[in-house]
Amino acid sequence: MQHYDVAVIGAGVTGAAIARRLSAYRLSVALLERECDVSFGVSKANSGIIHAGFHHGPQTLKARLEVRGNVMYDALQRELHFPFKRCGILVAAFSIEEMKTVERLYEQGVANGVIGIEMCSRARILALEPKLNPDVVGGLHAPSGGIIEPYRFVFSLVESAKKNGVELLTEFDVVEAHRDGAVYTIRSSSGSEIAADWVVNAAGLYADKVSRIFGAEDYEITPRKGEEFLMERDAKGYTSRVVFPVPTPNSKGMLVIPTVEGTTMVGPTAVEGDDKEDKATTAENFERVFYSARRLVPTVSERDIITSFAGLRPTLPGDDFYIELSKIAPSFVHVAGIQSPGLTASPAVAEYVKDLLKRAGLVLIEKPEYDPNIPELKRLRSLPMEEVDELITQDPAYGEIVCRCETVSEAEIKAAIKQGHTTLDGIKFYTRAGMGRCQGGFCTYKVLKILSRETGMSWEEITRRGGGSYITKEHIGDLPVKSLPGRVE
Amino acid sequence: MKEIKIDVVVVGGGSAGLAAAAEAARRGHSVAIIEREVQLGGILNQCIHNGFGLHYFKEELTGPEYAERFVDIVGGLPAIRVHSDSAVIAGEDSGDRKRIYAISPKEGVMRFNARAVVLAMGCRERNRGNIGIPGTRPSGIFTAGLAQRLVNIDGYVPGRNVVIVGSGDIGLIMARRMSWVGATVHAVVEIQPYPSGLTRNIAQCLNDFRIPLYLSHVVAAIHGKDRVEGVTIAPIIDQHPAMEQAKRIDCDTLLLSVGLVPDNEVANKFKVEINPETNGAYVDARLMTSCRGLFACGNVLHVHDLVDFVTEEATRCAGFVCDYIEGEGKEERQYKVMPGKNVKYVLPNMYAPERENRFYLRPMIVKNDVHLTVTLDGEQVYSRRLPHVQPSEMMSFTIGPKQLVKADHDRANVLEVGVE
Repeated sequence: MQHYDVAVIGAGVTGAAIARRLSAYRLSVALLERECDVSFGVSKANSGIIHAGFHHGPQTLKARLEVRGNVMYDALQRELHFPFKRCGILVAAFSIEEMKTVERLYEQGVANGVIGIEMCSRARILALEPKLNPDVVGGLHAPSGGIIEPYRFVFSLVESAKKNGVELLTEFDVVEAHRDGAVYTIRSSSGSEIAADWVVNAAGLYADKVSRIFGAEDYEITPRKGEEFLMERDAKGYTSRVVFPVPTPNSKGMLVIPTVEGTTMVGPTAVEGDDKEDKATTAENFERVFYSARRLVPTVSERDIITSFAGLRPTLPGDDFYIELSKIAPSFVHVAGIQSPGLTASPAVAEYVKDLLKRAGLVLIEKPEYDPNIPELKRLRSLPMEEVDELITQDPAYGEIVCRCETVSEAEIKAAIKQGHTTLDGIKFYTRAGMGRCQGGFCTYKVLKILSRETGMSWEEITRRGGGSYITKEHIGDLPVKSLPGRVE
Repeated sequence: MKEIKIDVVVVGGGSAGLAAAAEAARRGHSVAIIEREVQLGGILNQCIHNGFGLHYFKEELTGPEYAERFVDIVGGLPAIRVHSDSAVIAGEDSGDRKRIYAISPKEGVMRFNARAVVLAMGCRERNRGNIGIPGTRPSGIFTAGLAQRLVNIDGYVPGRNVVIVGSGDIGLIMARRMSWVGATVHAVVEIQPYPSGLTRNIAQCLNDFRIPLYLSHVVAAIHGKDRVEGVTIAPIIDQHPAMEQAKRIDCDTLLLSVGLVPDNEVANKFKVEINPETNGAYVDARLMTSCRGLFACGNVLHVHDLVDFVTEEATRCAGFVCDYIEGEGKEERQYKVMPGKNVKYVLPNMYAPERENRFYLRPMIVKNDVHLTVTLDGEQVYSRRLPHVQPSEMMSFTIGPKQLVKADHDRANVLEVGVE
C-alpha cells in the first residue's frame, strides 16, 4: 500500500491549490478525486469570476482570503498560463435605496483592503459600460476584479502539482477510513487503498460525508444550485466588465459575465436543494435569469444562447468558509463550505491550510528543486499568422483544425490527452473544442477519432465524462445479422 | 507563408462551392476551392440515401453520387485548384482584392489574394442550447447530422432506443436510418402543428416504419445522469407545454433535428451584414453581400431543402461573380425586394429590372390553393396559382423586364412578394 505524508481529498480548485502549495515541500502528497478527471465537480460549473472582495464583511474568513487570493493571480498566471484578465467588476444600482447598499459595499471593500474601488455616478458608470440599462442611477467599480477559465486554472494547478511530485488518483471515491497508530488507511469504492499521515478534506459537496467517514465533526453541506447561460462569442450587446446587481441578503444576484475567452455568461440562479447530483436545468429559471440580466443590460438576448448548464455550490450554515483542524479526528483538516468566492480565495486558502498544517506539527522543508512554472501550450486561436506558419512547420498537427467554432487544432487535442484528459468533457474544458456555437456538432467525431488513435481506446470505450456516459454503443460491423424492418406495404 | 494570386476563391467544396467553381472556371477564370475536409462533397458525403438530383439531373441519385458528378467536373477543369484539408482562419478586405488566410497541415499558412470570393460554407445544425430543452446534461444527445455522420461514415451506432426532436429532413432520414441499423425509434416530437420536413420524407421515413409523429409536442425535460435515460414529452396547449398531459418515454439517445443555420464564421470575418430572417448575408441582385466582391450562395445564404436548388443558385452566383470580374453589370440598376404577406423571406434582397431575376422564398403558412403575388410599389405585376404551400418547401419563381417594365428612375420600385 502506498503511504503518503498528506492525502488531499478532492481535486477541485481548493484541493488542487492545496496540493500544489504542499508540493513545494519535502512531502509525499496524494490528490484523490472521485470523478474521472480533475475539476469535474463543483469547479467545473464555476462562473469564473475573480472577485474584488467587497461582498463580505471584514469579520469573515471569506473576505480575508478573497482579498488575499485576488492579488495572487498575476503571479500565478505567469507561472501557470491560464486565461485570466482583470476586466473589472461593476455593481449597478437602480434606486436611491440600492445606492445605500452600494455605499455599504464600498465601505466594506475599503475595510477589506480592496485596491482601486470607487463609487460611480450615473455618468461615470455609463461611461464605463455604455450598454448598461440607462435607468441605472450609479454604482460601484472595482477594477481589481477579473475573469478566468476556472477549469483551466484547476488543470494548470494539477499539472504543476504533478510536476512537483504530487500523485493524482482519479476515480478514487473515498468510502472508508480507519486510523491505526498515526496513520490513516483510506479505501476507495473500487477497493484500492492508500495510507496517509495527514488528511485534507476538500471534498466540496461531499465534505460532510468525508468528515463522517473519518470520524470527524458532523455537519451538513447543502447544495445550492445555480443555472447559467452561455452566449455567442460574436454577439453584440454585451459588456466588457462583470456586472452585478445590488445584492440581497441571500445572494449576489444574477449577473452578466464576459468570459475571458470572449463569450458571455448570464446567471447564476441560487436555489437550495437536497440532491447533490441534481444538475438539471428548468424552464422557470430561464425566464428569471433573462428577466434579471436584461434589467442590467437590456440588449441581452435569448437568441445568443449556445448552451445552458447548472452547478451546485457546497454551502454550510452561516455561509463562511470552514477551514479548521478537526477537534475530534487527529491530523484531519476541514476545508469545507468553499462556495463563492472559493475560486478567488483558493490560492489564499492553500496558504492558510499550509500554515494550519505547519502549526499542527507537519514538518515543512522547502524543496530546492520545486519549479512553480509549467510550459505554456501554444493555442492556435491566439497566435499571429507568422507564428502559426512557423508552428505548423514544426508540428503539422497545428495545421489541422478540429473545432472550427473555437479554432482548436489537433495539436492542442493531443496535448490535452497527454495531460491525462481522455474524456470528451476533459478535452473540451482543456482545449475549448466543442464549447463554441455548434456545441460539438462538427468536431465530436474528430475528437473521438484522435482520442481512439492516441489512447488505443475503442470508440465504444470513450465517454463524455466517465461512468456510463458512453458516446456510441456499437460498430455497425458488430450488429447481429437479422431481418431488419422493411417497408410495410 | 505562401501567397496565391487567383481570380476567384470559393470557400467550401460542398454542393454550392463545386457548382460555383465549375461555372467560374468554364468562363475562363482561375479558381481556388478551400475545403476543410480531406474530401470534396461536403455534407452530401454522409447523405447516403437517395432522392438527390431529381430536378437537376432528372434522375434519382444518392448524396455521394450527386457530389461525385461535380467532383468529376471540377477535376476536369485545369483552371481549378483544390486546397482540401484547409481551413480559413482570417479574411481581409482591401478594396479590389480580398485576402483569405487558410491553414493546412501540409501547406502551413496560405494567403489567397483574390479578385472575388464566393462564400459556400453551408450551414450548421441548431442544438439543444438554441432551443433550450431543460433537464440534465447526460451523454447521448446528438444533432441528427452528427448521428448521421457517426453511422454512415464512421460506422458507429449512437444508441438503441431513440427519440427524435423536430421533424426536419435530417431527423426524418435518421429515423429511418436508425431503424435500419436495428434501433427502435420511439417518437418524433415536433413543436409545430405540421411537420417541418418534406412530405415525401414523412411518408418514406416515418409512416413506412410506423414511427409515431407527435405534432404540437415538445420535449419538456431530459432525464439521466451519465447517459440519457428518458425524456418527458408534453403537448402544446395555448402555446405552453401542458405538463398535466405529459408522459415519459424511456430512451438512451436523443437526436435533434431542430433547424439549420447558415455557418457565418467566414462571413463575419468580413463584417458582412446579416439578415435576421435567414441568418445568412443580405445580398443584392447579383448575390453580392454588403462587402463588395464577396458573394454568397447555397446554404450559407439561406437553408435550402433540395440540393438541386443549391446547385442552380451557386451556378447563377458564379455567373454574377464572372460578370463582376469582367467589369460588366457594374451600372445595373437595382431596387429593393421585400417579403409580403405570409412570407418569411425572399432572396435576393434586390432585383435588377432590366434582366431576368430568379427568386427563392419561404412561406410562413400551410395552405392549399394559394396565390403567389408580386407587387411593384403596390401594383400587382405577377401572380401565380399554387396548389399547396408549406414552410418546409421552398418556392421559386422568375420574373424579368416584361413584368418589371414600370420600374423606372423616378420611383421607389419596391417589389413585394406575398402568398395568400
